[in-house]
Amino acid sequence: MADLQVKVAGVTFKNPVIPASGAYGFGREYECLYPLSELGGISCKGTTLNGQNGNPAPRVAETPAGMLNSVGLQNAGIDHFIEAELPYLEKQDLVVIANVAGHTIEDCVEIARRLEPTSTDMIELNISCPNVKQGGAAFGTSCQAAEEITAAVRRATTKPLMVKLSPNVTSITDIAKAVEAAGADAVSLINTLLGMRIDINTRRPILKNNVGGLSGPAVFPVAVRMVWQVANAVNIPVVGMGGIATAKDAIEMMMAGASAIQMGAAIFADPYAPVKVVRGMNEWCDAHGVARIADLTGSVQPW
Amino acid sequence: MSYVQGEYPLIAKKNLAKNIYDFTIRAHHLAALAEPGQFVHLRVPGFFLRRPISICEIDREAGTIRLVFEIRGEGTEALSRINPGELVDVMGPLGKGFTLLPEGKKAIMVGGGIGVPPMLGVASHYGENAKAIVGFRNAAAVILTDDFKRVGTSCILCTDDGSAGMHGFVTEALKQELEREQPDLICACGPAPMLKGVIALADQYGVPCEVSLEERMGCGVGACLVCACRTVKDGKEYLAHVCKDGPVFDAHDVIL
Repeated sequence: MADLQVKVAGVTFKNPVIPASGAYGFGREYECLYPLSELGGISCKGTTLNGQNGNPAPRVAETPAGMLNSVGLQNAGIDHFIEAELPYLEKQDLVVIANVAGHTIEDCVEIARRLEPTSTDMIELNISCPNVKQGGAAFGTSCQAAEEITAAVRRATTKPLMVKLSPNVTSITDIAKAVEAAGADAVSLINTLLGMRIDINTRRPILKNNVGGLSGPAVFPVAVRMVWQVANAVNIPVVGMGGIATAKDAIEMMMAGASAIQMGAAIFADPYAPVKVVRGMNEWCDAHGVARIADLTGSVQPW
Repeated sequence: MSYVQGEYPLIAKKNLAKNIYDFTIRAHHLAALAEPGQFVHLRVPGFFLRRPISICEIDREAGTIRLVFEIRGEGTEALSRINPGELVDVMGPLGKGFTLLPEGKKAIMVGGGIGVPPMLGVASHYGENAKAIVGFRNAAAVILTDDFKRVGTSCILCTDDGSAGMHGFVTEALKQELEREQPDLICACGPAPMLKGVIALADQYGVPCEVSLEERMGCGVGACLVCACRTVKDGKEYLAHVCKDGPVFDAHDVIL
């Protein structure tokens, strides 16, 4: 049995596997299959200040080795998260990461303030949602905007602050450096890649939003590349995600530079995927004489 | 919620009509949990997202579920190529089924096209206290009418072109039935225009009505929120989710 414990921004996770925001709700839908305590943490569904309905359906489309989604941050608002979801998650023995997704800097600051007195272990600031018109990726595609919003939320919270980055940029390392300079304790990447599918019979996009975020195994090599580049550009920990479906994928992502990993779309194909990855990583470490999984982080030896 | 996920054997397969397949899958625990109107989420080799398929019939004693589905695209096409003896990756039962009223209560099942299969499971609860009104494009597309008779439910067949049964839509047959006798509940599944017509008639005759909806799905359990449908909650429009809040909704709660 390898030591699976990892540390991100001072927070200890019993293992490096975290269901990604938007893919796992608040965990309740999976508790009948396995205890949530088998996971290192949970990144909760992105929460706005007042709640919102999101985009009209269809909000999902199949793609080769993946999917597009255009949910648009449907959620019940931060107070509902604190009153109705957090008390349940507090009892589950895993790291609880609140995903903050405001439309304005002021919204994000207010959400962080309301989370401050709660048991939330960590904040993941979402500056990368491709499916909302205001805020979202608009904050994550310019260094100045990313720096401003990160600095403002930094001042509003004493909790470990992780910033979730968009891959839909020219240089993700520049954005990562900007949020590091603004006080982020960690970065998580990648959010979805903007994509589109068209029904050739109706000549209509499949998604009612026309475009949506691509996730699933199709994006995995892009995610590995970006995690590797960012991990080499900043001095704060990187949480890697994007298309991870197996333990081997997770190990590859850690070797690229991730201190922990998140899983999203793979859970739709196999609801047991996160716990299979935990077990598989442990077996791989045992078979390869790796005593501490944390030692895998950034261990790739580039040519 | 309580569901299972695993690989279960396909024990029987039939081609009921053009592009319509009938699967019987042995999954004891799943069959024990399942209720009429719920669905299962199937993984198809070579495709990323699962495909939601409504449960047609449940045989708890045999530990089987029956699924009748239509080839709609590449995923369901690949699904139709799975053969008896092979395993199917099934997640389920999922979602909320139809209300099953106590013995002696009467219900009308209305199904249109591939919306007919889930009505069979509900009809078998009511037996002779149910009446099924099923509609298809033409005689070649007709499925399951003998099955309704097998479970004791009389069946009114309608076709759009009159090539079998009544010439016309299910709503016309429903109106005639409601004129004669009003049941305790109407259950319906089919295309949105049909559901709209059924709901209008249910309202007109003051009969409670439940409808089953469909939408492109992701997780199937209410976590990813992609399968949004317009509903009314506390007087305000709310995007509910077909997989968890439905697929069966009270007719007054949905905006079609």
